[in-house]
Amino acid sequence: MTSGETQTVNDYQQRKWQHIRKLLERSGPFCHPDFEPSPEILDFVMSCCKVLIVGAGGLGCELLKDLALMGFKTIHVIDMDTIELSNLNRQFLFRKTDIGLSKAKCAVEFVNKRIPGCKAVAHHCTIQDMDEGFYRQFHIVVCGLDSIVARRWLNGMLMSLLQYNDDRSLDQSSVIPLVDGGTEGFKGNARLILPGMSACIECTLDLYPPQKTFPLCTIANTPRLPEHCVEYVKVIQWAKENPWGASTPLDGDDPQHVAWVLEKAQERAIKHGITNVTYRLTQGVLKNIIPAVASTNAAIAAACATEVFKLATSCCTNINNYMVLNMSEGVYSYTFNAERRPDCVACSNTTRVLELESDATLQTIYDKLCEDQAFLMKSPGITTVINGRNKTLYMSSVKSIEERTRDNLKKKITELGLYNGAEILVADITTPNTITIKLKFDENIDVDMTR
Amino acid sequence: MIKLFSLKQQKKDEEGTARAGGSQKKASAAQLRITKDLNELNLPKTCSTEFPDPDDLLNFKLIICPDEGFYRGGRFVFSFKVGPNYPHEPPKVKCETAVYHPNIDLDGNVCLNILREDWKPVLTVNSIVYGLQYLFLEPNPEDPLNKEAADELQSNRRLFEQHVQRAMRGGYVGSSYFERCLK
Ligand SMILES: [Zn+2]
Repeated sequence: MTSGETQTVNDYQQRKWQHIRKLLERSGPFCHPDFEPSPEILDFVMSCCKVLIVGAGGLGCELLKDLALMGFKTIHVIDMDTIELSNLNRQFLFRKTDIGLSKAKCAVEFVNKRIPGCKAVAHHCTIQDMDEGFYRQFHIVVCGLDSIVARRWLNGMLMSLLQYNDDRSLDQSSVIPLVDGGTEGFKGNARLILPGMSACIECTLDLYPPQKTFPLCTIANTPRLPEHCVEYVKVIQWAKENPWGASTPLDGDDPQHVAWVLEKAQERAIKHGITNVTYRLTQGVLKNIIPAVASTNAAIAAACATEVFKLATSCCTNINNYMVLNMSEGVYSYTFNAERRPDCVACSNTTRVLELESDATLQTIYDKLCEDQAFLMKSPGITTVINGRNKTLYMSSVKSIEERTRDNLKKKITELGLYNGAEILVADITTPNTITIKLKFDENIDVDMTR
Repeated sequence: MIKLFSLKQQKKDEEGTARAGGSQKKASAAQLRITKDLNELNLPKTCSTEFPDPDDLLNFKLIICPDEGFYRGGRFVFSFKVGPNYPHEPPKVKCETAVYHPNIDLDGNVCLNILREDWKPVLTVNSIVYGLQYLFLEPNPEDPLNKEAADELQSNRRLFEQHVQRAMRGGYVGSSYFERCLK
C-alpha cells in the first residue's frame, strides 16, 4: 500500500465517525448537565459496550443496521424464526436465496460483511433457551418483538437480575436497561424501561390492545362479518369436528388446516348471506396477522436505536419514557411518562430474606410469615420452583389444595426440596402481589441444635 | 437521569459465568399472578374448586351447585386453563357438564362477556366465578349460544323450566341427550 492510499484509508476512518464524534466530543445545549465530552465515550461504544437485539424481523433488521452504523460493534442478535418469502419486502437484510435460513444468522452475516469491524453474533433459538448468565453479560437489551408473551418473559428475566443492597435499595450496577419497540400497521411505540426504576412491561400491561375478539353468541348466532364466520370455525367447529383427530390443534401455518377452515367458513358465509371470506382473510384471523409497514418499523427502530445510543453515552437525556407514533392520518407523536405500579408483579417484587434453621419444618416458615413483625401475614399461600417445575407447598385458603398439602407442614423444608438460598413465592392478602422470599439458613443455630 | 454507564465502564462478565451452583428457575408473571388470584379466591358457598395436580395452579376445575333458580340441585363442572399470557388474556373456560342453558352450548362453550371481549387484566378468577354463578341464576336469552333454549326461555318459561329439569335428571330434550347431573 502506498502512503497515499494509507492516507486515504485513515481519512476515511476519521470521516466515517465524524458525525458521532461531534455528539460525543463536544458539549451542546441539549446535553445532559452531567455529560463530560470525551473521545473515550466512542471507545466505550466501539470496544466495550455489549448490546442484545431480541428479534431479527422487521424491527430487528432496522435495529441491527442502525446500531452497527452508530459504532456499536459487539451486538448479539437472537431470533428463533426462519426467513419466509413474505418477509422480503421489509426485512431488507434478507434475499430470496435466504428463504428457509435463520433470520438471526443471515442478518448478522449481512451486517458483518457490510460494516467492517462489526462483530455481531447470532443466536438461532428462543429467548427462553438462554439463561441468566447469558442475559447478564449485556449492557443494554433492545427488543423488536411481536409477541407479548416473549416481552413479558424478557421483562421478568431482566427484573430477576436486579440486586438489592442490605438497606433494600437498588444496586444500580445490576440494572440492564430495556429499550422496547413495537409496531402495528401505521402505529408504533418506543419505550425505555429501567428495571426496578421505571415502569416495566407488567406495570403497563393494560396498554397492550387486547386481541380482537367477538362475542361468542354473535359468532354463533348472528354473524355479520366474514371474520365472524372464520372465528366460528376456529373456536367452535374445529373442536367439534377435529378434522385431524382430537390431538391436533389448529395450526394457522399449516396450509391444509387453513384450507379446511376456509371451506367451512365459506359454507357458513353462504348460509348467512356474507361475502368476502377469502384465503387471506382466513389466514389473517387464524394467525392474528398484524400488517407490517416498512416505514413504521424504520421510524420506531430509529427511535429505539437513539435511546440505546443515549444510554450508552449519556450524551443526552433519555425519553421519559413511552413514545407513541401514529401515522395513519398525517403524522402524530407524543411522549408520556408511563408510571410504575406499586403492586406490579414483576418490578415491585424485591426479594426478601427469611432466616431459619436448616432443620425447620414448613410449619416454621408458615408461623414466621404470620408472626414475624416483618411480614404479619394472614393466610399465606406458599409455592416454589424446584428443578424448573412449580410446586405448591401449602395454601390454606383454597380448600381442595389445603387438604392435599396439609401434610407438607410437618415435613422438614429440606425434605420438600428447599435449600439454603432457595426462593419461595408467597401470596397473601396483606401484600399487593406474590412476593419472593429467599431462605437463609442460620448455620450457627444449626450446629447448636444438632448437638 | 441516572448515568448508568458511569457505573459500568468496566467490561461485563464473559458469557456463561452464571453464579456458582446455577440458579433457581423463576416463576413466570402468569404463575405469580394466578397464585395471588387463587390465594384470594373468595368462593360463594355454592362453589368449590378441584385441582387434579395441586402443583399445577394453571389447570383446575370449578364446581357450581346452584341453590336457587332454574338450576337448583344441579352440579356443574367447569374446566379452567390459564395460559402463559394471563392476565393479558383470560383463562379458557369450558363447561364439562352437559346443560340445557341459553348461554352454554352442547360442546361446553360459554358465552360470558368477561371470558372474551370484555376481559381486562384487572379482572381475576374470582370475577369469572361470580360471572358463571350469575349465568345460572339469570340465564340471558339476549346472548344465546343455545338458540333453542334461549327462544324457549323467552316464549314459554314453564316449558323451559321443565326441560332444564329433565336435562338435569338425565334424558332427552329435543334430539340432545343430557347426562344426569343432580347432586
Ligand atoms: Zn413493573
